[in-house]
Amino acid sequence: MKDSITVEGLSKKYEIGTQVKETMLRERIVNLFVSPFRKKPPTETIWALRDVSFRVRQGEVLGIIGRNGAGKSSLLKILSKITFPTEGRFEVNGRVASLLEVGTGFHEELTGRENIFLNGSILGMKKKEVEARLDAIIDFAGVERFIDTPIKRYSSGMRLRLGFAVAAHLDPDILIVDEVLAVGDAGFQKKCLSAMEGLRSGGRTVLFVSHNMAAVENLCSRAIWIDGGRVRSDGDASEIIKQYLSSFTPSSAASSSFDGVDGRQGSGEIRYTGFQVLSPQGEPLPLVRSGDAVVFRLHYHAKTPVQNPSFGFRIYTELGTLITDTSTWHHAMDIPVIPPGDGFLDLEIDSLNLMPARYVLSLWLTGPGRHVYDGLENSLHLDVETTNIYNASRISDSRYGIVFFPQRWRLGSTQSAKPAPNDSLSKGVEQPQGLLNR
Amino acid sequence: MKSEWLSEIWRFRELLYFLAWRDVKVRYKQAALGVAWAILQPLLTMIIFTVFFGRLAGVSGDGIPYPLAAFCALVPWTYFAATLSQAGNSLLTNTNLITKVYFPRVLLPASVALGGLLDFLISASFLGGMMVYYRVRPTWALLFYPVFVLATMILVVGVSMLLAALNVRFRDVKYVIPFLIQIWFFVTPIIYPASFIPKRLQPILAFNPMSGIVEGFRASLFPSRGFNMSLIATSLGITAALFVIGAIVFRNTERTFADII
Repeated sequence: MKDSITVEGLSKKYEIGTQVKETMLRERIVNLFVSPFRKKPPTETIWALRDVSFRVRQGEVLGIIGRNGAGKSSLLKILSKITFPTEGRFEVNGRVASLLEVGTGFHEELTGRENIFLNGSILGMKKKEVEARLDAIIDFAGVERFIDTPIKRYSSGMRLRLGFAVAAHLDPDILIVDEVLAVGDAGFQKKCLSAMEGLRSGGRTVLFVSHNMAAVENLCSRAIWIDGGRVRSDGDASEIIKQYLSSFTPSSAASSSFDGVDGRQGSGEIRYTGFQVLSPQGEPLPLVRSGDAVVFRLHYHAKTPVQNPSFGFRIYTELGTLITDTSTWHHAMDIPVIPPGDGFLDLEIDSLNLMPARYVLSLWLTGPGRHVYDGLENSLHLDVETTNIYNASRISDSRYGIVFFPQRWRLGSTQSAKPAPNDSLSKGVEQPQGLLNR
Repeated sequence: MKSEWLSEIWRFRELLYFLAWRDVKVRYKQAALGVAWAILQPLLTMIIFTVFFGRLAGVSGDGIPYPLAAFCALVPWTYFAATLSQAGNSLLTNTNLITKVYFPRVLLPASVALGGLLDFLISASFLGGMMVYYRVRPTWALLFYPVFVLATMILVVGVSMLLAALNVRFRDVKYVIPFLIQIWFFVTPIIYPASFIPKRLQPILAFNPMSGIVEGFRASLFPSRGFNMSLIATSLGITAALFVIGAIVFRNTERTFADII
């Protein structure tokens, strides 16, 4: 089977001029006369992509991940023939549809229905094809009531849904999607992902760029990690995602200081200086298990007196799902002022009801009016170990979810629920008194 | 290479119709207004110039009533000017398309030229009405009218491609365009007959491809004037040359549009 996409040695150079390049015709004409042999001003060269090579087989769903500015969008633009590579070549077999932005080609004055045809045409569909799918598209977008109203009356959510609906029904051989799912509510995102899932099972090749690691892992069998314009890693999706994420969270939460952390935010009048995981008695815990009572001690240093700060703490799954976001503000805990110097704050958790897995922590320090003093996003990880959570000596791990609740099961008391003899269910199950004896 | 370019355009022909339809739809949202405007533009120009030049300056229409001769030339001119102005800026006004979707960029100026034909048709119908009023009878020469319509389209697409490509690279071209159109208006025998220009300067007139085309339009409606073959031939030749030059410039700079727009 022929490869769907072949990329060899692709490179893309951008020139950033330190001096303003002549963008005016009159400048060019004047310069022609004044200094015809003037040398070009020195420009800085930025390689957005450098020697990128990979192959995609037909029917494969490839995830492309990487930090912002790594070159992912440039790669997609080249594959979509919007811009041209400086070096290298690529080959694409089949019809390509690119979703680099949703709602491309929408014209404000035209109605939703008219824009479906326009958008479809721009994305490469013939009029007949659009007609055949018109009802499905309107249904997917959920804008039936407004389909004959001009787009200028639509909310941004409606535009997004309509734009994606058209693209989702494109039926191309190769679909290239660039982070368009970042916008839109959770319900719609689910819809989009299942639409893409549909494409995958239909044997289409999909290139999917996203920061949503859960979506990438769900959808893609293979992933490549683009870093600084180069392919840093290429292989099984889960494996690549792990590699990518671990590049973000170098330090364990057991005890860490925060010098030289990447991507730290905030104005800095007060900053976190350390994080400790302690027992309720105040002793460092070598490991944390599901359901343990723990104390998270947040050390800080204030350079100047700080008024009304709020200390915040977030836990995420490894794939980026937010589990909980708590802060002193959420507890209406008033801290009028923090004097300059060192100090710490304790977050006492009665029972850490997380399934055994690795979690990622973020620490925030904010002030009134959304002012940020310090922000350490994704800077620590916490490993929660397994334990006998239901007192049943059965396996508990992340296959069974992210959280668990203190709980028990109890059989109901209807008369018809008479267990059959030798029913495995009735062995060892506590039966309320009088169930079968009435 | 050239044939690849052309076959791509053919593949995207439906998009061409859609883009043209989009422009027309928006302009004719208010149908009555759209039709009125298509007629009013050349009509008002003609009236103003008739009053100031036809009567006062004693400029005759070369045997044809002045209003008719002027309007006859104003019909294609209005199409040419409006198309050039919109198509020249078409790449800049569609930045979001150029940076996000793949399609042959030439469809943008081309769709403006296609969409403008509706206005052309409407004002030409009004011209037909005027001819009836002045009791001018159409002759076999009318068959040449579509030839000159085609020539106008080729010219306007050719120059638009050139200007649009330059416009992406040099941002002040969009201010040059209206100025260019104004000057062009006056060096073309629209509101004055070609005979107005002294004999020795006539060859210079021929450099303006619109002169020959406009004269061609006049001749096809009023064949008594005769077809000025040398003028028309020169103009058609220059039209073809401009089209080729425009296409080459456009194609060569197309690769960089998305990067510098």
